[in-house]
Amino acid sequence: MRIAIASGKGGTGKTTLATNLATMLAGRGTTVRLLDADVEEPDCHLFLHPVVERRDPVSVLVPAVDDERCTACGVCAEVCAFKAITLIGSTVLVFPELCHSCGACSLLCPEHAIVEEGRDTGVVEYGSVKAGVRPEFPLITGVLSVGEAKAVPTTRATIASLRGVDEDVVLIDAPPGTSCPVIEAVRGSDLVVLVTEPTPFGLHDLTLAVEMVRALGLRCVVAVNRADLGDDGVRRYCAAEGLEIVLELPNDRRIAEAYARGELLLDAVDGLEEMLGALWEHIVAAAYRLEVTS
Amino acid sequence: MTPPRELVVISGKGGTGKTSVVAAFAALAGGAVLADCDVDAADLHLVLHPELGQEHPFSGRRQAIIDPDACTACGRCAEVCRFAAVLGTPDDGYSVDPIACEGCELCRRICPAEAIRMEPVVNGAWMVSETRFGPLVHARLGVAEDNSGKLVTLVRNEARRVAQERGLPLVIVDGSPGIGCPVISSLAGADLVLAVTEPTVSGRHDLDRVLQVVRQFRLPFAVCVNKADLNPDLGEQIAAEATAAGAAFVASVAYDPAVTHAQVAGTDIIDYGGRAAAEITTVWEAVGDALLAAAERDVHDA
Repeated sequence: MRIAIASGKGGTGKTTLATNLATMLAGRGTTVRLLDADVEEPDCHLFLHPVVERRDPVSVLVPAVDDERCTACGVCAEVCAFKAITLIGSTVLVFPELCHSCGACSLLCPEHAIVEEGRDTGVVEYGSVKAGVRPEFPLITGVLSVGEAKAVPTTRATIASLRGVDEDVVLIDAPPGTSCPVIEAVRGSDLVVLVTEPTPFGLHDLTLAVEMVRALGLRCVVAVNRADLGDDGVRRYCAAEGLEIVLELPNDRRIAEAYARGELLLDAVDGLEEMLGALWEHIVAAAYRLEVTS
Repeated sequence: MTPPRELVVISGKGGTGKTSVVAAFAALAGGAVLADCDVDAADLHLVLHPELGQEHPFSGRRQAIIDPDACTACGRCAEVCRFAAVLGTPDDGYSVDPIACEGCELCRRICPAEAIRMEPVVNGAWMVSETRFGPLVHARLGVAEDNSGKLVTLVRNEARRVAQERGLPLVIVDGSPGIGCPVISSLAGADLVLAVTEPTVSGRHDLDRVLQVVRQFRLPFAVCVNKADLNPDLGEQIAAEATAAGAAFVASVAYDPAVTHAQVAGTDIIDYGGRAAAEITTVWEAVGDALLAAAERDVHDA
């Protein structure tokens, strides 16, 4: 079962939920794998301290021009829809950060003067988490290199690492927002848990996230963090849209302080284990309903 | 006339209070152009209640369309597409997945039957609205859409245009979380970058990453530690690191439930009042000094 944890608004508690849920499941003997797919700002490792066993670079293809063969005909610059190649005089200039790796330039070069070579834009780290007495579980982290604009190849590589894995449960910590990197992270999930807070910003961004999930043909449930803060707009919206609220986490100073220190709430806050256990039952029920209806 | 100055507010981590700070700055500036560049989750309008301006469609890309009547189902398009955007089989014919297509046009170029055309995809809208504090340039990116970087650039350019047109001296940009394409698009050429963070291990980690990007662009920056009393030791550590990295100033704002109450009441924190309002006012004064220093440096360099 693959569960993605996402949100429209940032800072609502995705990582808190993902890290504590994974640890709770591991403690109960469920085989679980956690993916940190928020590749721009991956934070799960700050709470789980994995031992990183392997690092695979994420490489994208960019054109390299063979000057011996190039006749400066300019076809490559003409066919590049992303303005990643220009011809200045008789020199072909490549701007690798604009390249989408579509391959048009190399395929259409009449002189076969363009080959594609790899350029690293991120890394996927394979780590193992040993949380106290609990059984170990894998944490896979996608990390976008600083200064790179395009997050999607690293997100895609992080998700692609799931091929052939055999854990019962895969949890994905997705980036905030509703655009391309989020879509790459949540696509293929059995259920998306949308984390929000009961404020006007939280509600507004939740509605966008729900639209995104529905546009992808996925089902979602809602977790409300700092539930006793703000107003009842989120609850009214969920009721009107038929969205199940699977968790209400209180606005508790102890929770905020434990998070600030980088501690798991499971270890710092009494009663959280039971709360997450109940949450998990709701998630499983919602995910299975999806399988029946689809 | 001197061109307008540009203050860009970012955070690395989401949910640190960028938008609340920007709304407060808008109130304090009394006559700046506001640009909501968090086009993925634009929230500034929720506290500024603008009178909405005319909507302009935004097209960030083009998409391939296969004409089923002209298509001979040779499958060449599906072979060359690197984005797995061409769906179908030789028996059923082919079509393009509009979400997966990146608009590279390679399929159109190689189609032997000339059955493929490119059409602009309208994937967002932008507008210039009027708030009680001045004009707001904001946008909406279609859900599940790409090219937020292009829309961010458009919003910033429009904000600068509006500032020049109306003789307003400052553009305040509400940026997006993260370090990727929308953030990079919101940074280029800024006069001052203010990073709003929080004293949590993730706030510190994410700030470090986004400040590396800011320094690659060699932009002057300052840091505001929000909810500073949540973990004073970590707050001080973040402040020390930011100062060592060359921050123009480091300010802090204590956690104040009034910030959330103001948001629920649909107003800015300055209007609502309280401790955070007073502290953000101090941050705003430091921003003014840093912008002035940047302007003087420019005059000196010129």
